[in-house]
Amino acid sequence: MAYQTIVEDNIDILVAGAGLGGTGAAWEARYWGQNKKIVVAEKANIDRSGAVAQGLYAINCYMGTRFGENNPEDHVRYARIDLMGMVREDLLFDMARHVDSAVHQFEEWGMPIMRNLEKGSFLREGRWQIMIHGESYKPLVAEAAKKSADKVYNRVCITHLLMDEAKENRVAGAVGFNVRTGNFHVFKSKTVVCGAGGASNIFKPRSVGEGAGRVWYAPWSSGSAYALMINAGAKMTQMENRIVLARFKDGYGPVGAYFLHLKTYTQNAYGQEYESNWFPALQQLVGKEYLDPEVSHATHRPIPTCLRNHCIINEVNAGRGPIHMVTMHSFQDPHLEEIGWHNFLGMTVGQAVLWAATDVDPKNENPELTTSEPYVMGSHATGCGAWCSGPEDVSPPEYQWGYNRMMTVEGLFGAGDAVGGTPHAFSSGSFTEGRIAAKNACKYIDDGKAEGIRVSDATIAKLKEEVFKPMEHYKIYRNDIVAGTVNPNYHNPRQALDRLQKLMDEYCGGVTVNYMTNDKLLSIGLKKLKIMEEDLEKIAAADLHELLRAWEVKHRHRTSECVMQHTLFRKETRWPGYYYRGDAMKVDDENWHVLTVSRRDPKTGKYTMEKAPLYHLVGDIEDKALAALHAAEGKK
Amino acid sequence: MPTFVYMTRCDGCGHCVDICPSDIMHIDTTYRRAYNIEPSMCWECYSCVKACPQNAIDVRGYADFAPLGHSVRAVRDEEKGVIAWRIKFRNGKKDLNLLAPITTKPWGKHIPDLKKVPAPTQEQRNSQLLYNEPKYIRMDDGGLHTLESNGLEMKEGVYY
Repeated sequence: MAYQTIVEDNIDILVAGAGLGGTGAAWEARYWGQNKKIVVAEKANIDRSGAVAQGLYAINCYMGTRFGENNPEDHVRYARIDLMGMVREDLLFDMARHVDSAVHQFEEWGMPIMRNLEKGSFLREGRWQIMIHGESYKPLVAEAAKKSADKVYNRVCITHLLMDEAKENRVAGAVGFNVRTGNFHVFKSKTVVCGAGGASNIFKPRSVGEGAGRVWYAPWSSGSAYALMINAGAKMTQMENRIVLARFKDGYGPVGAYFLHLKTYTQNAYGQEYESNWFPALQQLVGKEYLDPEVSHATHRPIPTCLRNHCIINEVNAGRGPIHMVTMHSFQDPHLEEIGWHNFLGMTVGQAVLWAATDVDPKNENPELTTSEPYVMGSHATGCGAWCSGPEDVSPPEYQWGYNRMMTVEGLFGAGDAVGGTPHAFSSGSFTEGRIAAKNACKYIDDGKAEGIRVSDATIAKLKEEVFKPMEHYKIYRNDIVAGTVNPNYHNPRQALDRLQKLMDEYCGGVTVNYMTNDKLLSIGLKKLKIMEEDLEKIAAADLHELLRAWEVKHRHRTSECVMQHTLFRKETRWPGYYYRGDAMKVDDENWHVLTVSRRDPKTGKYTMEKAPLYHLVGDIEDKALAALHAAEGKK
Repeated sequence: MPTFVYMTRCDGCGHCVDICPSDIMHIDTTYRRAYNIEPSMCWECYSCVKACPQNAIDVRGYADFAPLGHSVRAVRDEEKGVIAWRIKFRNGKKDLNLLAPITTKPWGKHIPDLKKVPAPTQEQRNSQLLYNEPKYIRMDDGGLHTLESNGLEMKEGVYY
């Protein structure tokens, strides 16, 4: 093979994937490891990579503790109810107690954060969200990461984590290839912070053709965070917890600022409020603990995101779609109208493009909403990811085995989408998790836990062959056919992606089946995924760009398999509106008030599933408003 | 939309190739100019549009749902620290000009070099604190929030 092998040795901290989590890790690592070697590998360009590449108009996770707004446990309580109870409250508490310091640092670095001029605090969009001019959010945090790192390798796609051959279950670095030069890169490192992304494009999207790129989560989020860790034998958690978004139709423009700041609301095609019609039946499925509109009304406790989706889905199925966002009132105010547009330009330009193309002026008409195809990630209103150790001063024994944010593989840390059970971290929380991971990775090295790591040349040679196999395969078989893309010996990456999306859609609860699946469908789906895995061994890449796509689809496939296993394991419908298990339509707290944990044996490919106990923060946690309501009811 | 590149404006400098998060802006070997090789993996993120020194890149909304005849243009100026947007509707009835700051400070000058700040003490290393904390995380002068400080405990079971 003509491509060179380039070895970067003696790395202390390798950041694999530099989105918000990875940049946080690279930045903070320098403080705790001033003499350590910090290297970043990023498959795109760190200045515009990850989910925040096009910017953000809000920071969705900020406590405002110094302005007396919220304490960390308030945020834990919010994330807990939004995810129907299924979160790692130790990790959430930990993230929430640190996140404000990250946000204030962003401001010091030059991020334009809007201020509430009366109070002097940051301008709130909602209880947890603050408004920013964040077009350059990513270039800004990239600047910080570049300042801290010894080296940033742009355009190097990490395909595998390297495992230590001296000690079992210990990480030893990572390998990948340069998308431009084709060089094979070996990073030998004492620790790895996995900052890679969650997964878009594993379920068939609603859009077709060109529009397949207009996914809600970035199309370059290829589930690499999960595939890298699963393939290394790390335990995963809550992978069934995929997310479906209610968003502006086709463009998937954000609705947060519209609901919270612009005070818009939804109604059905006939101008009626529809949610309350579905609540009684829904309450039968999920129980009063999770859906109590009266309590929510009185205490501002949120109605879980998935349950709101459920109402939209059912209203549309009842023939009263589409659902509209009522914007006409708010948009009469020119100031609010401008914010509405800035909101799109700051983070989803495509929605502005669509409204310009379709002459949708929200001042004169109420735009349509829809529910998206599902996504697998861990930093929005969903908590897929790896099973991580928590902080020693917070976590119960089952959640803690050493270093904070370390996975069940020694020396492997994570942040952002990689960390399981921590929804609602968003950009700032992901950055914060990166910081926590970096500090603890330094500690792990200082404690001598990474001594004597060994990686043989044979392993490196074997991995190199595997990485470039799709190109070799193409070279061997392309001349069997005259021309075109139909070849009996291989699929190209696009064909493989189409197959994966159709399979996941139909068997694992995508849009075309109204998010419905069951044990039988999932079992068939798993068999089909297994066969697809065999075919992925024969995937063909005509050039380096296709090699990138080939590895992305391999990563998406592994992520999908894990999602399918978890979905089959949790025999209940915990999140109606995200997906439904037709054979178990109710929330089952007696058997499933637990976190699901899986491990794929890297040698055999077999999954082991287990239930992990669910701990809640209690004590002062009792919602004060809820307590007051109960007290008032008692008096009656 | 994907993005597309105007033939007469592109000079083949490759800035878009360098920045595209999706690796879909490539140089055409015949024309020596950039083009979008995979529109169905384009997020309309505008990274290439903002990076193009010739303003040669534009966006035409996704063919499967966006009618023709619209325009959303951007000019990003790092030195002035602003981004200017112009949105034009298909029917010509709306023509919006919007301006937003992208930074409040000169680029990259206010990020400290953590190699040169005083090294953390052993006590800090053993604590849960991150760099520069407890600054900004409390209203009072207290340290980091803990279960104890906030009167909390972690308990297994169902509590609502």
